[in-house]
Amino acid sequence: MLSLQIRGDNIIFASPTSFAGSDDPMLKHVHFNKVLLPVLLVAPQILITLVFFMWPAGQALYQSFLIEDAFGLSREFVWFENFQYLWHDEIYLQTFWRTAVFSALVAMLAMSIALILAGFAERVIKGAGAYRTLLIWPYAVAPVLAGALWVFMFNPTLGIFPFLLEKINIDWNHYLNGTQAMGLVVAAAAWKQIAYNFLFYLAAMQSIPKSVVEAAAIDGAGPLRRFWTITLPLVSPTTFFLLVINIVYAFFDTFGIIHAVTQGGPANATTILVYKVYSDGFVGLDLGGSAAQSVVLMFIVILMTVIQFRYVEKKVEY
Amino acid sequence: MVETRPFLTFVTHLVLILGVVMIALPIWITFVAASHDDIRMTQAPIPMLPGGFFWENFKRTLFGSGLAGNEITPVWRMLFNSLVMALAIAGGKIVISLLSAFAIVYFKFPFRMGFFWMIFLTLMLPVEVRILPTFEVVANLGLLNSYWGLSIPLIASATATFMFRQVFLTIPDEMLESARIDGAGPMRFFWDILIPLSRTNIAALFVILFIYGWNQYLWPLLITTDSDMTTIVVSIKQMLEAAEQSPQWNIIMMTAMLAMLPPIIVVIAMQKLFVQGLTETDK
Amino acid sequence: MASITLDSLTKSYGQTEVLHHIQGEIQHGEFIVIVGPSGCGKSTLLRMVAGLETVTSGQVSIGDKVINDLEPADRDIAMVFQNYALYPHMSVEQNMAYGLKIRKFPKAEIKRRVEQAADILEIRDYLKRKPRQLSGGQRQRVAMGRAIVRDPQVFLFDEPLSNLDAKLRVQMRLEIRKLQRRLGVTSIYVTHDQVEAMTLGDRLMVLNGGYVEQFGTPIEVYEKPASVFVAGFIGSPSMNFISAQASKGQLTLPDGTTLASNTSANGPVTLGMRPEHLKQHGSGPIQLEVDLPEQLGATTLVHGRISGTELPITASLNGIHAASSGDVLRFDAPVEQMHIFDAQTGKRIE
Ligand SMILES: Nc1ncnc2c1ncn2[C@@H]1O[C@H](COP(=O)(O)OP(=O)(O)O)[C@@H](O)[C@H]1O
Ligand SMILES: [Mg+2]
Repeated sequence: MLSLQIRGDNIIFASPTSFAGSDDPMLKHVHFNKVLLPVLLVAPQILITLVFFMWPAGQALYQSFLIEDAFGLSREFVWFENFQYLWHDEIYLQTFWRTAVFSALVAMLAMSIALILAGFAERVIKGAGAYRTLLIWPYAVAPVLAGALWVFMFNPTLGIFPFLLEKINIDWNHYLNGTQAMGLVVAAAAWKQIAYNFLFYLAAMQSIPKSVVEAAAIDGAGPLRRFWTITLPLVSPTTFFLLVINIVYAFFDTFGIIHAVTQGGPANATTILVYKVYSDGFVGLDLGGSAAQSVVLMFIVILMTVIQFRYVEKKVEY
Repeated sequence: MVETRPFLTFVTHLVLILGVVMIALPIWITFVAASHDDIRMTQAPIPMLPGGFFWENFKRTLFGSGLAGNEITPVWRMLFNSLVMALAIAGGKIVISLLSAFAIVYFKFPFRMGFFWMIFLTLMLPVEVRILPTFEVVANLGLLNSYWGLSIPLIASATATFMFRQVFLTIPDEMLESARIDGAGPMRFFWDILIPLSRTNIAALFVILFIYGWNQYLWPLLITTDSDMTTIVVSIKQMLEAAEQSPQWNIIMMTAMLAMLPPIIVVIAMQKLFVQGLTETDK
Repeated sequence: MASITLDSLTKSYGQTEVLHHIQGEIQHGEFIVIVGPSGCGKSTLLRMVAGLETVTSGQVSIGDKVINDLEPADRDIAMVFQNYALYPHMSVEQNMAYGLKIRKFPKAEIKRRVEQAADILEIRDYLKRKPRQLSGGQRQRVAMGRAIVRDPQVFLFDEPLSNLDAKLRVQMRLEIRKLQRRLGVTSIYVTHDQVEAMTLGDRLMVLNGGYVEQFGTPIEVYEKPASVFVAGFIGSPSMNFISAQASKGQLTLPDGTTLASNTSANGPVTLGMRPEHLKQHGSGPIQLEVDLPEQLGATTLVHGRISGTELPITASLNGIHAASSGDVLRFDAPVEQMHIFDAQTGKRIE
């Protein structure tokens, strides 16, 4: 069957078969045979897509083949030079690597905490709704606000956590210490994403037939053992699905967090790919380089979309 | 629960309460910070219990130029901008997606699949990867610092189109057949049958998209240079920058709270629709 | 005048032709049942009349007007669907009024018609309810009501009773028949249930594989089935078929039994005998070795084989009959109730 998951404007969507069936399953068997009306109906969407998506994407592609000086006075068509430059740019490659580590950390942290909470919440009979309500609302917090909250809690001079950490002789200053800065953005990003993962894990666990769990209990498996041997394997499709979603989230939606907390610093310690596109393009005014980075990002999005298509749909079946 | 061991129940609630505390702590600290006066908020360690200045801070933030020495737009104005943007994005996405899904599912017309794939491609082009050229387009159209510029470029939506397509496909064919025998034309069918039958899906999607719209950051940051057009979410960053010189955390945190509140209220008040929208699967 | 003419009506999906040159005249006020096994094209045919399927070739006319290219709404028809297709978000009243509203009938007239139809169907108490608050039978009535209020020239029914339980089905069947008589509206009714077909139709169109096998009154179809297919499909329990050799009016069965008949055919034929027409008789020529008797109360069905062969044969006996496995019963085969079919084509031979 088809399924569809929505997160912000990202989507994990229908099975490929629904796009290319033999008898066009997307069209109702009995349908209207008009031409003008449907074209008018799709026109707004198509127009916006063309003007604000296709054209800019084409521009990005085009610009990625140009080198332009900072004043926009001269431009030169250089084929793949911008890409070659990226390929040899130590800083860019480090950014790539850092983005991977950042995403992995965010995904692992947000997913494991959500998994544990869902595992316990699933056991609760009375008050399960209350726990759910109390756990899901960070989804509604804008990334930049999440960043603001965390940066305040960890403010080196005023924040509550640096104050506590000092008592155990840890000197906290994420404005100077790159590792601490990275830790902070990971924590803020993961905090915000737990809610989403929790909801999906909870739904997956609730859809495991009771009889399976009861059978295991009769077989003598204790709660912890059941979790490892029954629950975890049965929610593995959800795990895979969430992995993709969390990585996409960490790649693209954490811009606000980083912008608010560290602005990529100190010394680029928290600059991830999306942030670099922004800072090179809007702050550094390196249009060609920024465009080339955009194109690389587009390929990453396409890759993830394909992965979603090919694997997620097949495996996520509650 | 298979067994009812009291100890296990205790551990369960303990872990969940710890989880709730961990999730809620940042909000608590925000709330506490927003309830103290300027001076208290410059002394370390910051308080962990609420003070008595909540309403005063609230009024200062909402109406006054909250941050001393900074001529900034009153927060109510930014809240209003955010509201307009969020409603425009959510409403716009829903309307144009309903129309395109309707066209694609119920009409046979030239380039139908071409249009479909073109909408599909927008999935692959999040705003973050095409910021500069999109910014240029909007600038050339003279849409900087306008509600149009804030919302329209974000309105195309493959997500919503797919969802409505999905919903329409599950509506029995006989609805259309019966309506046609009753004499309903396409738009009449759309209004009288399709929209009412998709009501809860529309509502669920609206919840998700409202949050999506309200929380937009990078895009409004780029295209609103006029502070009268700034959204509340964007303003936080500007306040944080100002905070580096003269920290007025009580006002900043009050602003953050006001910025978070509308989407949080939406999530909690419409929890069922929210969950449905998030996990919209085959019906 | 709402007569309907189907002239060489053909339907193809891509390369596959599913209906082949359907021919038929339906008189004003007639109740026609299209009957046949699942997949034979009944719905497709009905939907071509409704305007929900395009016509590949041939013509459909209502009265003197060819309606091939008319929108469903412009054909002055009403249709009752198998799943009722009620609009779930509208009340019963709104469901019935919708078509009239679109046609811009005055409010008072709509109200009058809806109430009248509700009275006829005895659903007045439910007018304010939503379809999901109704039982299957009530929904069925609403679907009929929606058709009635429009006062159309033609009613079309596509298996309208198949979602109901057996008892309700019998009851609704009677009601539909009475209603159609009362309103006198030309009707086409599709079903795969031969009992429904026999009880409802003024005439039956028996369809098989996209061909019309026979178009006639229930009695004609029962007494003079035009083909082996019709003979087997209509009537319950099903007709017995035995291959036989005909010569000079005599039939020779595979076991050597000879039967007198009045056929003029010569050579291989298929003999058809309905179970209820086999007459038990101590010296009858047909010997039935019992495998299994089925006691139905009013009748007893005796399933078995013709003695000494593997040829299956069933007889229907009046009342309760004590036969047990292994018994041999003897039957007469009355000449006037024999059906002789061509062994190759399956067509009836008079
Ligand atoms: N949309 C379609 N495309 C292709 N073949 C179809 C379609 N609809 C029906 N058919 C075929 O036409 C034949 C007749 O179908 P239908 O009229 O629904 O049968 P019935 O109502 O007698 O069960 C079937 O073999 C079916 O497979
Ligand atoms: Mg059918």
